Order: sequence, then C-alpha cells, then structure tokens
Amino acid sequence: MSERGNRFGRLLSWDAAVVLVTVIVLVVASGAVENFGTSRNFTFLLLDLLPIALVALPMTFIIVTGEIDLSVASTLGLTSAVMGSLWDAGLSIETIIPLCVVLGAVLGALNGFFVTVLKLPSLAVTIGTLALYRGLAFVVLGDGAVADFPRDYTSWVTGTIGDGPIPNVLIPLVVVALIFGVVLHATPIGRGVFAAGAGEQAARFAGIRTGRLKFWLYVVSGAVAGLAGVLWTLRYSSARADNGFGLELAVVAAVLLGGVSIFGGKGTLPGVLAGVVLLASLQNALRLQDVSNEALNIVTGVLLIVSVLLPNIVSSARDSVRRRRQAVSPER
Amino acid sequence: MSRRFLTGAVSAGLVLVLAACGGTTKNDNAAAGASQSTAAANPNAAAQEGVKMAFLPKQLNNPYSDIEVSGGKEALGELKGEYKLVGPNDASASSQVSYINTLIQQQQDVIGIAANDPNAVCPSLNQARTAGIKVVAFDSDAAKDCRDVFINQATTQGIGEALAKQAKDLSGGSGEIAVLSATPNATNQNAWIDVLKKELAKPEYANIKLDKVAYGNDDDQKSFQEAQGLLQSFPNLKVIVSPTTVGIAAAARYVSSSSYKGKVAVTGLGTPNQMRAFVKDGTVKQFALWNPADIGYLAAYAGVALKSGQITGKEGEKFKAGKLGEYTIGASGEIVLGPPTTFDANNIDKFNF
Repeated sequence: MSERGNRFGRLLSWDAAVVLVTVIVLVVASGAVENFGTSRNFTFLLLDLLPIALVALPMTFIIVTGEIDLSVASTLGLTSAVMGSLWDAGLSIETIIPLCVVLGAVLGALNGFFVTVLKLPSLAVTIGTLALYRGLAFVVLGDGAVADFPRDYTSWVTGTIGDGPIPNVLIPLVVVALIFGVVLHATPIGRGVFAAGAGEQAARFAGIRTGRLKFWLYVVSGAVAGLAGVLWTLRYSSARADNGFGLELAVVAAVLLGGVSIFGGKGTLPGVLAGVVLLASLQNALRLQDVSNEALNIVTGVLLIVSVLLPNIVSSARDSVRRRRQAVSPER
Repeated sequence: MSRRFLTGAVSAGLVLVLAACGGTTKNDNAAAGASQSTAAANPNAAAQEGVKMAFLPKQLNNPYSDIEVSGGKEALGELKGEYKLVGPNDASASSQVSYINTLIQQQQDVIGIAANDPNAVCPSLNQARTAGIKVVAFDSDAAKDCRDVFINQATTQGIGEALAKQAKDLSGGSGEIAVLSATPNATNQNAWIDVLKKELAKPEYANIKLDKVAYGNDDDQKSFQEAQGLLQSFPNLKVIVSPTTVGIAAAARYVSSSSYKGKVAVTGLGTPNQMRAFVKDGTVKQFALWNPADIGYLAAYAGVALKSGQITGKEGEKFKAGKLGEYTIGASGEIVLGPPTTFDANNIDKFNF
C-alpha cells in the first residue's frame, strides 16, 4: 500500500467511525432518553445545528487548505446588526437579505486580502477580524435589538415542511451542503484545496494558484456566515450585535471532530456533517437528562481530545507493527 | 472557477432575488394581535400539587439570580411542586431558546423565565404555551404576547415613594437633603427622582428641602468625590439619598471615614453585602432594595395558580402567594411585587446578595 493510499484508507475509516458513532448515539438516545426520539425534538435539533452546519461547510475547505477563519461568528453578528439597522431604516427585506450576504462576502474578502495578498498568518488575521467585526457590530446597533421582522419570513424560518418534522431551513442547508460536497470531492477545485493543504510548494508546481483559491474560499466563508446571520436573525426574530457569540469555536470543534486535520490536507465533508450532528445530538440528549452545563462541556472537551488523539495512536501503532514486520523479514 | 464566472454568478443571483420580490418593508407589518387566553379563571380552584416548574434565569451562577430562584424553590416546597433550574452560562439573546425547547420536550407544567431578549424567546415560548405550558416572566419581561404573567420587582412610583420616606425618616421630618444619582440621562434613576420630587412637593414633606441632584456616573471614584462635594457645599445637609448601588456605597465609604459620620445619614438603593459593613459601623441606618428571593417566590405561586386555573393572566384576577399575601393582576398581566424591602441592623444578616 502506498503512503498516500494508506493515509486515504485511514482517513476513510476515521470518517466512517464518526458517522457510525453518530448513528449509534442517535439510536441509543432515541431508545434511552425520554422525549429524544420525537419528531418535535428532531425539529429542535435540526434548528439548533443549522447555523453550525452551514458555517462548517466553507470552514472545512479553509482548514483543509491549512488555514483557519475564526471571524465567522463575528461576521454573523455584524451581518445581523446591519440587517437590523437597514430594516429600521425602512429598506425592504428582499433587498436587505442579498445585501447582507454581499456584506459577508466583503468581510470575507478582507480576511482573504490579508491572508493571501499580504501573506499574514490566517490565525492572527482572523482573531483580529473576530474582534474588529464584533466591535463594528456594537457600533452599528449598540446594546439594542431590532425585532419587528415580517412574520412571513420569521415563521418560515422557524416552521417545518407541511407541518412535518423537517424544518424549512433544512432545504437551503442541504442544497449548499450538496454543492460544497461535490466541489470538494469531485472537482479540480476540490483537488486543488487538498493539494494546497498537503504542501504549498507542491501545489504551486502542479499549477494551482493557491493564493487565489484561498482568497475565494474566504469570500465564500464570509458570504455563508452572512447568510447564517440572516437566518439566525429571522429565527430568533431579533437582530443583535451579540448574535452568534462564540459560534466559531463550536464550528471548529465540529470540523475537527469530523476528521479534518488542523494542519490541512485531510478531511471529508460527510465526516464534518457527522461531527456537527454528533455534538448537537449529544448536547440535546444530555440536556433532556438534566445534565449540567459543566458536565456537558467536560463531555464535549473529552470527545474532542479523544478525536485528536485516537487517529495518532492508531497510526503510530500501525507504524510500529510495520517496523516490526520489516525487522523480522528484511527481504520483503 | 474563474473570478469572472463567480462575479457573474453572484450578480446574476442578486438580480434574480431583487427582481423576484415586490418588497416587504417595516411599514407593511400589521400589528400582531396578542394571544388572549379564552379560559375563565376559577379563583376557588384548589392549588394543584406536583406542579413541575422550571426556572430559566438569564444565566446560571449569577449571585443575584441564584437568590431569585432560591425563593422559587422555597415556594414550590410549600406547594409540593417539583422545582427545576436550567439555564445558559452566557446571557446572550438566543442561548435560552434551546433550553425552552428542552423544557417543552420534558413536558414541564410551568416555565419561569427572566428573558435575555424579549423577542428572541418569543416563538419558542409560544410553542410551549401551545403545548399547555404556563409561562411566568420575572425580573426581565418577555414580549407581552408570549407569556401569561410578568412578575415586576418594583414600580417607578413605589421606588420613588420609598426614597422620599427614607429621607423623611432619617432627617427627622425636616432639613436639607441631596440626591447622588448615576448619569444625568439614566432612565430609571431620572424616573425615580421625578417621583421623589413630586412626593417632596406634598404637604407632609413641606419641611424637607432638596438642595441638589449630583451625578457620580456610577463610577466609584466620581461618586466618592461628588459625595465629598455635597457635604462641603451644603454644611446643613442631613441626608444623602443615592438610588444607585454604586453611589450609595461610595457615599457611605466617604461618610464613614469622615467627621460627618453619625451626623449625616446615607440611604437609597443598595445590596446588603456591599452595605453590611456600613450598617454595622453605624454610618448607614437603613437603605432599601427589592428582595430578589421574593421575586422567585411570587413567580412560583403565580405559576401554580395559573396551572391550577385560579388565574389566567387577565387584569383584576386575584391569587394568594403564601407569606407574601394576596396579589391582584394589573394591566397586561403584570404582577407587582410591592414596595422595596428596607434593610437595617436588625435584618441585614438574613440576606446574602
């Protein structure tokens, strides 16, 4: 087995493991936790994980290229604040929504500019814009909230398809997820993303313009965060500067749990979505059991550490087995 | 994907979205009618036992809300109900929503909530009410059409009257007083001071003269200096009334370390923990604040009364709230706790907040 094939196999198995664990958790919780398996709870669960899942899609691309975007939650908050002030100013909601997505894209482009044109480290840049965008959000809206959004829109966002358990907002999520999944796993762009993460030099020699690629990934990440800001504002019918506070860490946690390497070059979208569902359903089930927040945080933390440790332990075990085999039969 | 293609796609999408819609603006919004319960109250109904009530404060591990819900726990003990406390670790607008959803799933009977944002919790609270759960807002109201009743800790009138009474008691009925407020544009403070001034205009306060309203901006140092300034400018000052917890503590600290100690009284709104030392050393004889534990206590009694059908949240309905006595529901489902609690050397050690 070649080194690359080997890595691919390991990776597949990790993603499969996350998907499997997620399914097990869902099944066990439905059986063991009272009120977990009801259709209403299914709706609550999906509504709660929607913004995380949405923002995790472009985040997966960015982390696979070896970069990170920690400004997504602040972009969401600034978008929400701007949405509120524009609504207050009397613009129509149909104008505001695309404007907000464009605003998100512009905020993402600023990140992209710093990272790809000025060649600054993305961790530093996006920690900076995390603070900057959140600060601007408070400048725009202060401590106040704007709440009188049109009922048609707010009830659509909180509503379900034909009074079934599937929330309406799952439609845009599924569409966006399918597009991202196909692009990452079945197009040259996706191969470029993996190549950029595997090694900047190698990717350049292969003719991939990593700078331009990363720039557009940041733009897309910002736009999706802007869309998440719009959906968030409508779901809670409340535009506020502090909306989505701390969401970036939940997103990064889900992405890493889903088997994406923080060093880039590795990861799959199904794994990430499984990671999002796993964290959200654990939280939902434990809350139904009246488990305290502290215990919940401990469970999440342990899960993350295990998810980072386990692949390393497995791979080093494999390596030592291989070394021993080679020691026994040097002719092979 | 080339840049040109992307730009084209984005603008095409924008044009489509913009063209497809007529446009809904703020002015198109019809006012939503408040949901009115149609059930009639039966004041003679027996209080149900075993009512499951969950308290959802703004955030957990906050000393003030811990005391509020402890009163709820006590009341549910008296009513033989089941008390539960849940809540987020951060007081953000949306964080309470998934807790409300969990409580709906657990089929609680009553939710007592101090809303972080009156509107963000609205859709899920109404889902809870549709599922037959009664909603009692306390401390910080939710939007009026998403809850059954609201426990209001104090009215502007009640606080203003209490401040006037303190000034009268501590000055012995005549003399000069001054007010040390927060900022010149603090809404609450100004409303209370307006009521205080109206009270002082009444005949029974004829011998009391308000020298000045000073502003310490809720900053400890500035409040300290303002208190000092008041005593220097008005040598005959008898009472400093400070309706802000920062101001009252700073004024008390200055007076306790000066020659005015025992001659000039400091009073107003403060918490027992910050004022304890000044009450013990005689600087402060009395001050006031609503008792947070009573808020939770009243919320629990209101919740059980709702669940038992004794009240529905309409104006004029009455119910009994244990040791606090009988309450009447005011306009738009508001239940006012009553006048603030007065703290002095005799009772201050019973309170820890």
